[in-house]
Amino acid sequence: MATREIAGFTVEVDSDGYMTDYKSWNNEIAEAFAKEQGIDELTDRHNIVIEFMRKEFEENGTGPSIRKLNKQSGVSTKELYQLFPGGPAKKAALIAGILKPQGCI
Amino acid sequence: MSEYEPVKKVSLVCAKGGLEEVYPSLIMANGARMEGIEASIFFTFFGLNAIVKKTHENLKVATVGNAALNLAMPMLKMPITMPFPTLLGAIPGVSNFATWLMKREMEKLDVPPVGEFLEMMSDAGVELYACKMTVDMYGLTIDDFVPQVNGIMTVGEFYEKSAGAQIIFT
Repeated sequence: MATREIAGFTVEVDSDGYMTDYKSWNNEIAEAFAKEQGIDELTDRHNIVIEFMRKEFEENGTGPSIRKLNKQSGVSTKELYQLFPGGPAKKAALIAGILKPQGCI
Repeated sequence: MSEYEPVKKVSLVCAKGGLEEVYPSLIMANGARMEGIEASIFFTFFGLNAIVKKTHENLKVATVGNAALNLAMPMLKMPITMPFPTLLGAIPGVSNFATWLMKREMEKLDVPPVGEFLEMMSDAGVELYACKMTVDMYGLTIDDFVPQVNGIMTVGEFYEKSAGAQIIFT
């Protein structure tokens, strides 16, 4: 298991760079991950997605599908792709401090 | 991390119109967008069924002459090695049943029905095209297609549009 420094914290990450313990996540870490992914500022809309993903992960052990995100978080598929350009489920999972989603949808 | 260049763009060709033949194209194109890869699908021949307004919600799993139906056996609590007799498949309702079964399993995996899938993909930025030659052959017009379809293209335009893409025939 690798560790890395981010926003002044030391966190454990897997080989793809995703945090392995979602409980050691905080907002500063999220901001730092987002900047690394080219997202300068996390807005309220980003935070809705992040919170939804963390809740799903806590309940089911994996992030939600885009379809579920769309239907249950109130953020449309279109907006999701605008908020997290270049791979919404993966990027949002990284920023939310959860493991990479396992689904194909 | 991979030492190879990541895939940046894919062009899928969907040439068959059975439910189990259309889903792979949809899943792969949508999956590409989820990875930040540009994606488009060119629907041709029987694949047009998947984007025609009147037919796209009624795609079927063929139960006659479909040699891979043994894969459905575990869903019926039977061994995966058991072949599905093609004569049984000809009985009215059997294809509908197989289709229902597949849709049920797909729903469990959070895979949407074709119509909803096309909307989701279009929102995700997948471009959908109908093949000009087959559109002419079947006597269709752009109005026969679901609104998510971006246009009708010739084979030549498909190749132009696919510049720099990996072309995948499903």
